[in-house]
Amino acid sequence: MGTTASQLSKESLSEYQELTFLTKQEILLAHKRFTELLEKHEKDQIDARVPMGKIITLPELKSNPFKERICRVFSTSEQKDGSLTFEDFLDLLSAFSDSATLEIKSHYAFRIFDFDDDGTLDCADLEKLVNCLTGETNDAKLSSTEMKQLISNILEESDIDKDGTVNLSEFQHVISRSPDFVSSFKIVL
Amino acid sequence: MSTAGEQDAGLSLQEEHESKTHRTKRRDGDRQKKKRRNERRKGGTRAGEGEEDLQAVSEKRERSKRKRAKSKQETSRRENNEEEEAQLTGVREVEENVDKGKKKQGSTKKGEKKEDGGKQLVKGKAREVKKKNSEPETSEEDDDEEEDNDKDVVRLECLSPEELEKLKEAVDERKKLIQSLRGKPWAMKKKLVTLRESQEFVEKYEGALGKGKGRKLYAYKVLMTKKWMKFQRDFENFKTACIPWEMKIKEIESHFGSSVASYFLFLRWMYGINMILFGLTFGLVMVPEALMGRPYGSMPRKTVPRAEEASAMDFAVLWDFGGYAQYSVLFYGYYNNQRTVGWLKFRMPLSYFLVGVGTVAYSYMVVIRTMARNANESGVGDDNSFNFSWKMFTSWDYLIGNAETADNKFASITTSFKEAILEEQESHKDDNIHLTRFLRVLANFLVLCCLAGSGYLIYFVVRRSQKFALDGLENHTWWERNEVNMVMSLLGMFCPMLFDVISTLENYHPRVALQWQLGRIFALFLGNLYTFIIALMDEINLKRKEEKIVKFNITTWEASLYNGTVSENSTASPVTIHPADVPRGPCWETMVGQEFVRLIISDTMTTYITLLIGDFLRAVLVRFLNYCWCWDLEAGFPSYSEFDVSGNVLGLIFNQGMIWMGSFYAPCLPALNVIRLHVSMYLQCWAVMCCNVPQERVFKASGSNNFYMAMLLVILFLSTLPAIYTIVSIPPSFDCGPFSGKNRMFDVIHETLESDFPPWFSKVFSYASNPGLVLPFILLMVLAIYYLQSTSKSYREANVELKKKLQMARMTAQEQQRNNNASVQDQESGSLNSNINKEY
Repeated sequence: MGTTASQLSKESLSEYQELTFLTKQEILLAHKRFTELLEKHEKDQIDARVPMGKIITLPELKSNPFKERICRVFSTSEQKDGSLTFEDFLDLLSAFSDSATLEIKSHYAFRIFDFDDDGTLDCADLEKLVNCLTGETNDAKLSSTEMKQLISNILEESDIDKDGTVNLSEFQHVISRSPDFVSSFKIVL
Repeated sequence: MSTAGEQDAGLSLQEEHESKTHRTKRRDGDRQKKKRRNERRKGGTRAGEGEEDLQAVSEKRERSKRKRAKSKQETSRRENNEEEEAQLTGVREVEENVDKGKKKQGSTKKGEKKEDGGKQLVKGKAREVKKKNSEPETSEEDDDEEEDNDKDVVRLECLSPEELEKLKEAVDERKKLIQSLRGKPWAMKKKLVTLRESQEFVEKYEGALGKGKGRKLYAYKVLMTKKWMKFQRDFENFKTACIPWEMKIKEIESHFGSSVASYFLFLRWMYGINMILFGLTFGLVMVPEALMGRPYGSMPRKTVPRAEEASAMDFAVLWDFGGYAQYSVLFYGYYNNQRTVGWLKFRMPLSYFLVGVGTVAYSYMVVIRTMARNANESGVGDDNSFNFSWKMFTSWDYLIGNAETADNKFASITTSFKEAILEEQESHKDDNIHLTRFLRVLANFLVLCCLAGSGYLIYFVVRRSQKFALDGLENHTWWERNEVNMVMSLLGMFCPMLFDVISTLENYHPRVALQWQLGRIFALFLGNLYTFIIALMDEINLKRKEEKIVKFNITTWEASLYNGTVSENSTASPVTIHPADVPRGPCWETMVGQEFVRLIISDTMTTYITLLIGDFLRAVLVRFLNYCWCWDLEAGFPSYSEFDVSGNVLGLIFNQGMIWMGSFYAPCLPALNVIRLHVSMYLQCWAVMCCNVPQERVFKASGSNNFYMAMLLVILFLSTLPAIYTIVSIPPSFDCGPFSGKNRMFDVIHETLESDFPPWFSKVFSYASNPGLVLPFILLMVLAIYYLQSTSKSYREANVELKKKLQMARMTAQEQQRNNNASVQDQESGSLNSNINKEY
């Protein structure tokens, strides 16, 4: 790691360990991978941003249908362009790490699925979600009646207060019962 | 604190509102405040109302001060100077307050008056501050901070012991906040700021706690906890760095998804367990015997017999674990029945026995603990009420980093959606139920035939091998000598394929089909293993008969020897006969151990060879013959193989079962298994990455995790049964092994109790093992189990009941809302009517 690791001061390293679910090695690895994405002249800046287009070329995210959503959710950029600073990147990895709690994982999952950022999953969000999950190819797409049926089934199950949308607490309720959410909501560098 | 709704609430900046919300949210703090007030009232301090007001005001001021500090960090540095000033004044004020508080505790009327004055002053200031600080702020953590700030004030105000307690609590709360910070879905910057502030706070006030000696102690304690935390963190880091194959597994995970990776995780877990078993047997049995026991060649059981000496070093013999391998620490027979060995007075037979028991006990403990943890994690897994939502929200495997796997995953998700919709639309659609039923019965019949056939085959082969063994192994070919193991391995290889073909008849849902398949393979392996054991039992009985004859022969032989020597030397000095020439019994324990070791070896070999031929060779052929073939080999018939997770897991489980069964008679088995697992880790990782393609149906791992564990538990139980049976009911051989000369193996415990413990202890023990005590104890345990079971059942029922209630409540709420809407409409229409009436 050599020069890149030395950029990360000891204090901030221990702070990052305190604030994320990552271990020291993981943070150092993340830092290494992140600096590889940066331009030459940006390497010395602490809060340099990597644009979304570069982040989603990471092999860990490349084939993920939610890669752009993930970037947007974790980005603190004011232009809402999905670019990530190193700290955002750490947040991302922490939420997707092995030891993160169900609560935090489900929180971020909700925000990833909430395509229009309005705080609830409505029909449009769910439809987009289904389209993401079934892939881009046309033959795999569900017909509109199937889609309707599917969405109404989902709302029937998880929309507890019957307001036509799934909100965060409803979502977390559903997710917390799922046996394999925690094991599959993982990204490891 | 983490919901979006609360975030919105946090946006509004009215002091009143905030304090209200944070009070409702943080009931603890509230209670504390109330308590504080009550105490004051009880104590009858004259400060009364005035002081309370002051407190509230200073709370507010503190809050806003904090906020200012925050906004400073978050927004701009323009107002830096101004704010710093304000902060300084704030600090000064706080100090004043403290003085006042102290005076008040001196309790004079003057103090009260002064305070009133102070109150006015502070109020004015607070208003000022409020005005100053009306710029908008985002964050809900203010709530948190305010909470702590409240206490901050309390601390400075009065320093009576109970206040000190509260201060401590506040500091502790801060610490808790620091610890829970990582679990909050905030941006890193916010977390960093909060962390720094909290740490500063803790550092600042931690020192102020305690007095005199107590203070030093407290400081020391704080220092130690800090050190301890750091150590723990480093240790965590070290531990994760020590976990082997992390990168390999991660790579596989990203290529094949979590289900294939789950096999490797299982393999690694198994490796860990075997490491510990190996450590136990190696450290407590093999090494002491090798170092401190009598050396090789010192007694008959430790020497290769004269007849075998010529071939004892041949590779073919060693490969079969005969010759020098048989007469070494690797097998039961080598161990001496000396009570203690070496200058350490190591209790060898006792250690051997306890390690045997310990391995089984440890395995049970680990398996059950893991199962319990898995069950906890998965929660209520069989709950089917969120079928669609789970498919929707949790079906993507975020670990997938390979385009091909991702495509497969897309396809499988789509089909699962379509299937679910179809099932929902027509849940009862059986077009030709008779045909399906017939086919299923037929399939099961065929499978049963297969199982019976394979069982008979193994029995037949084992019997035949016994005949061969009686004739002497040298006269037979390699195949005839290794027939048993080869047949078992071949059956294990081909029967599952047969089952796979048969299961296409049944037309089950793939998940159900997978479970049937697993169940059948399980039955096959189990049947094979048990026929093997039964055949082995027959052999043990044969050997014991042989042993009786040998024993008789030996006594006559010894008598003749004695008669021969007594004429020469009247003092009867010990006759020196080379130990290799002494006749000896067949030692059935070593035989059992050898059988198991051979079985493991051949099993390992077949696994590796099938891997090389079935996966690697196939992949090579498909890859290179594809250039000159009439059809597309890669897409068409042979194609590349998929990684068979369930088959591999089952293989691993059965292998482990054999280890558990045989390790009592062959202490080398865990060591062998460690090597085997180590090699297969690398070999399979390599094979999977270079010659397998991602599965078409990508299953997720965790659902079946406990299924595998349950199988492991069953196997553990079934494999310890025969081992325990032989230990308890068959007397050990008279001339080999650590228990020779005893009536039963567990007599070693009795012996130790009698000679190594004080007499009262063995007395107590004999009382305790009295059936009069043991039976009630067992009864008590059964009762406890029954009790626990019934309580868990009632909990489950209560759970169902609660669910029902929830549903009911939901329904009634809906109805109420409808009614409300209706009544509102009624009212509106009513008022309208009345208006109309009035107008008229």
